[in-house]
Amino acid sequence: MRQGKYPFVIGFLIAPLALYGMFVLRPIAAAVQVSMTNWSGLSPNFDFVGLENFQKLLDDDKVWLAAKHHVFLLVTLPVITIALALFFAFLLNMGGGTRGGMMTGVWGSKFYRVVFFLPQVLAVVIVGVIFGRVYAPDGSGVLNRFLELFGVDAVQFMAEYGLWSILGVLVWQAVGFYVVLFAAGMSSIPAEIYEAAVMDGASRVTIFFRVTIPLLMETVKVAWVYLGILAMDAFALVMVLSIDEGGPDGATTVLPVQIYKSGIRESDYGYASALGVALAVFTIIFAVLSLRGGKRNAVEH
Amino acid sequence: MSNHTDSPSALNRRSVLRRTAAVGLLATPAAGLLSACVGGGTDEPTTQATGQVSAENPLGVSTETPVEVVIFDGGLGTKYATDVHIPSYQAKFPKSKVTYSSTQEVSTTLQPRFASNTPPDMVNNAGSKLMDQGKLVEAGQVADLSDLFAAPSLDIAGKTVGETLIPGTIEQGTFNGKPYVLNYAYTVFGLWYSGKLFKDNGWTAPTTWADFTALLDKMKAKGITPYSYAGANAAYYQYLVILTTAAKIGGPDVLKAIDNLEKGAWTNDAVKQAATLWGEIGAKYGNKAHLGLKHTEVQLQQNQYKVGFYPSGSWLENEQSKDTPAGFDYQVAAIPGATASDKLPATGLYAAAGEMYFVASKGKNVQGGKEYLRHMLSKAGAKGFTELTKSLTVVTGAAEGLTLSPGLTSANAALTAAGAANFSFRWDAWYKNLDDECRAATNKLMFQGGTADEFCTRMQAAADKTEKKFSR
Repeated sequence: MRQGKYPFVIGFLIAPLALYGMFVLRPIAAAVQVSMTNWSGLSPNFDFVGLENFQKLLDDDKVWLAAKHHVFLLVTLPVITIALALFFAFLLNMGGGTRGGMMTGVWGSKFYRVVFFLPQVLAVVIVGVIFGRVYAPDGSGVLNRFLELFGVDAVQFMAEYGLWSILGVLVWQAVGFYVVLFAAGMSSIPAEIYEAAVMDGASRVTIFFRVTIPLLMETVKVAWVYLGILAMDAFALVMVLSIDEGGPDGATTVLPVQIYKSGIRESDYGYASALGVALAVFTIIFAVLSLRGGKRNAVEH
Repeated sequence: MSNHTDSPSALNRRSVLRRTAAVGLLATPAAGLLSACVGGGTDEPTTQATGQVSAENPLGVSTETPVEVVIFDGGLGTKYATDVHIPSYQAKFPKSKVTYSSTQEVSTTLQPRFASNTPPDMVNNAGSKLMDQGKLVEAGQVADLSDLFAAPSLDIAGKTVGETLIPGTIEQGTFNGKPYVLNYAYTVFGLWYSGKLFKDNGWTAPTTWADFTALLDKMKAKGITPYSYAGANAAYYQYLVILTTAAKIGGPDVLKAIDNLEKGAWTNDAVKQAATLWGEIGAKYGNKAHLGLKHTEVQLQQNQYKVGFYPSGSWLENEQSKDTPAGFDYQVAAIPGATASDKLPATGLYAAAGEMYFVASKGKNVQGGKEYLRHMLSKAGAKGFTELTKSLTVVTGAAEGLTLSPGLTSANAALTAAGAANFSFRWDAWYKNLDDECRAATNKLMFQGGTADEFCTRMQAAADKTEKKFSR
């Protein structure tokens, strides 16, 4: 039996490895290969053009604009979402103060948990359509109708505050998931630690900043990476919500939208693939940096 | 990928399949363009079916091979294909099956099929997700339609298909000297309004710019948005209007220069003047909220008598048929003259053959695809199309004897009034990147306080960066 071990293990590995190679590695390799051609996507013919597409990418104003928007989202989206989610999770788990030395959530916290999670189960496109009505530029929009009651003139959400509006929807949709994630993290923190803190007379605020957050750091870091990757995408929302697909005049464009435009609309799959490769590289660099960055601060319980 | 309705393999059929000289002929036009594309995949044509050429069958269609057509399901619907053209083809070739499918996302559905050289035979390339027609031609994926236009018409005796068409139709689908695309619907572009609204208020369609702004003032006083278009997805309706005015000021050569990517074509005085005039209209009479609306939303507002003039093509009436209240009475006016020294009369119109249909050069039944177009271009086929879609076709006189809807009657009248003063441009189909750029520039000009100078320099810069591929 001893000699048969490796063939046995290999036998089990072959199928998943083959599938992984076929459906993950091969498309990635193909995208890299296409990014160095002038393939139009409309015929099987193409030329190898080397790094020309990447050169073009560096000269493309829209790409830089999109990159700027990603940086904006990369900073704001995780910060706002994590802050809100931590706050809500704390309220749900410990906001109710102490009862017999145990921290409890605010009244009705089970119900709130469901409410917070609800946006997460909606398809992005549906969310986009819903918010299309919320942000509508005239009296037919939920927000503008509300503002009308106070005599405020209609606000052009998508035209003037496009990126902030998109950010709002992203946060709205993401918060619920991280509330649940953090709540789970909080409930795994040993109760004795809190008991000790309560006995020492720590207030809820002190407990939140001094006990909960340091002990949740690992979870927060994971959340940061997830949200960062979300900030690198935002494609579906921008396509459904924004004016002129990433407009007006590129004001809400993101790299995936540029990929879509140069690939599908302008039939330049070579360039679109180059954009895709660039986006993938940025995302990986971001993930590695943020996972490495916080390593030293980890506190164990 | 539900639209991958592969036609049964041609090899399984009893018909004799030969690779004929026709295949070679089809491949040659693209050879020059393709010479740049070496080293890539093989360029071998698939086996294509042909039949015996005869008086009855001038294109030499194989009587038994199926033909696959894909129709865009948009403003015109698909009934005209399923109820008129397919039965017509089927009646002539009962043994050949017409495989039909429709899609709203032409590019998403068909691009992979072109990339793998297994395209359908005839494609209606339209909608907001249409494939870049210029790139398709350049990639050698589109069949030369010369033999179709030289073939006798199906039911107009003594004329070739080409001779039955409104002048300019073939030119509209010509790329570098060869006709590749049939633009089937004849579209009149102008400012649409409600005949009822105008009648109730005693207004008439303006012909001079002063009359135009005076009327817009009156509308504004009534609380109507005098002039609007949808910024969110239909800015191209508006750039067409701006360029129409430019053509009226400086003559149609202004548009030709733009098509040919000439130096200074966009910074020309006529374009600048037109952009200035329209920028003022946008700032003074537009509704800022409409930058965030889609075309259907603005069109609906017009149906509710909240918008005065709306720029669009003659498909509008059909597109809105469900939402138009009784008695709305769609009418179209030519865009008013701009200055006293206009080179073209105020009745001048942007009118062109639109709605692209082409035959894939690497389809399994190229001649069948062309034959299908010949059925579309028959008098009966064109008449059926006009009846079902309320749109004119490029077949001369095909609408005779039909009771036309108010909008179409008005479009027809505008066309007659324009006479020879009708014009069009091609750059938007040739260079999709310029189209994208111009949409953004137009929204800026009309809604966001952009200036005519900005508009012109920006478009000129984009045009200068574009690699020239076509000319006319």
